[in-house]
Amino acid sequence: MEVRFTRGKSAILERSLTRPKTEVSVSAFALLFSEMVQYCQSRVYSVSELQARLADMGQGVGASLLDVLVMREKNGKRETKVLNILLFIKVNVWKSLFGKEADKLEQANDDDKTYYIIEKEPLINAYISVPKENSTLNCAAFTGGIVEAILTHSGFPAKVTVHWHKGTTLMIKFDEAVIARDKSLDGR
Amino acid sequence: MSRQSNRATDSKKMNSELFTLTYGALVTQLCKDYENDEEVNKQLDKIKFTSHVVLHRFFQEGCAAGKITNKMGYNIGVRLIEDFLARSSVGRCHDFRETADVIAKVAFKMYLGITPSVTNWSPAGDEFSLILESNPLVDFVELPDNHSNLVYSSLLCGVLRGALEMVQMAVDVRFAQDTLRGDSVTEIRMKFIKRIEENLPAGDE
Repeated sequence: MEVRFTRGKSAILERSLTRPKTEVSVSAFALLFSEMVQYCQSRVYSVSELQARLADMGQGVGASLLDVLVMREKNGKRETKVLNILLFIKVNVWKSLFGKEADKLEQANDDDKTYYIIEKEPLINAYISVPKENSTLNCAAFTGGIVEAILTHSGFPAKVTVHWHKGTTLMIKFDEAVIARDKSLDGR
Repeated sequence: MSRQSNRATDSKKMNSELFTLTYGALVTQLCKDYENDEEVNKQLDKIKFTSHVVLHRFFQEGCAAGKITNKMGYNIGVRLIEDFLARSSVGRCHDFRETADVIAKVAFKMYLGITPSVTNWSPAGDEFSLILESNPLVDFVELPDNHSNLVYSSLLCGVLRGALEMVQMAVDVRFAQDTLRGDSVTEIRMKFIKRIEENLPAGDE
């Protein structure tokens, strides 16, 4: 990363953190996202590569969103507990991105590292019809990337994958170390 | 209580941040993908622009990401015009001035939630500028020095070009000023080139 100064060419650092009042139409977003998917599609050979590319782009969004949300809604305080960061994603992140909370947050019965965020009808997929021959494709991989970046940059390294299950499910698998740390915090 | 008619005009809104950041992620990806000049050229060979004027200009600018977003914008415009005509009750425009008004006051408002002002008409009435006070595409954006040639919002040019082409107008659209590059306002310059003749379907001749 190159070090540089803004040299006053941009007022971005002076901007207030409050939520901007501008709203764009869902069609504008849908059309943009569709172009994105097509662009990615033109450069990959498989569904998993396509999802990986979308997730990559989501990572960029998540990373930039995290700081602004923490400042705006959490008074600059970061979460340190697994449950709290998950709730932060379910409530704050979802509200700011999609205007509503995520439908469900669940923990896997058999595994304390695994959590699910379930969304019946994700906005991202609203206008996308999945071709039969690629029925595993889920463009919510983009959302998965956003969530993964938010978790990782908050100090909770995790893998986020997307699945068709009760709608769209984001499966979050935390690193062992994250869960171990959480338990030790509980113990005190 | 006619739900049918409501559905047609009601366009759902969303927070602009997801839109802004998504676009940002896309441009970032393009800049990464097209770092290598050779590949840029290879890729460009495959892409067919409809407007040679625009193509030429962007070649000179020398920034691939701008070219690609312009092309993506064009694809969006081609589809967006249908959405627009269905939601708004706008009919055919009789002159370029009316077109300018519809773009600024109806279309920009509907899709991006902003209303640019229309100024700087050429004496012949075939060229005008849209001045954008704010541009939702650039909300969190700062251009790094090594991308100072990037026309970041060139997607918008493509959208306008594509949409107008579908209503039989060939226009040249470009950024004359850009706040990202230190100008005080963002100015999109639009020039009417010609009316596209409707092609008769094959067999009617």
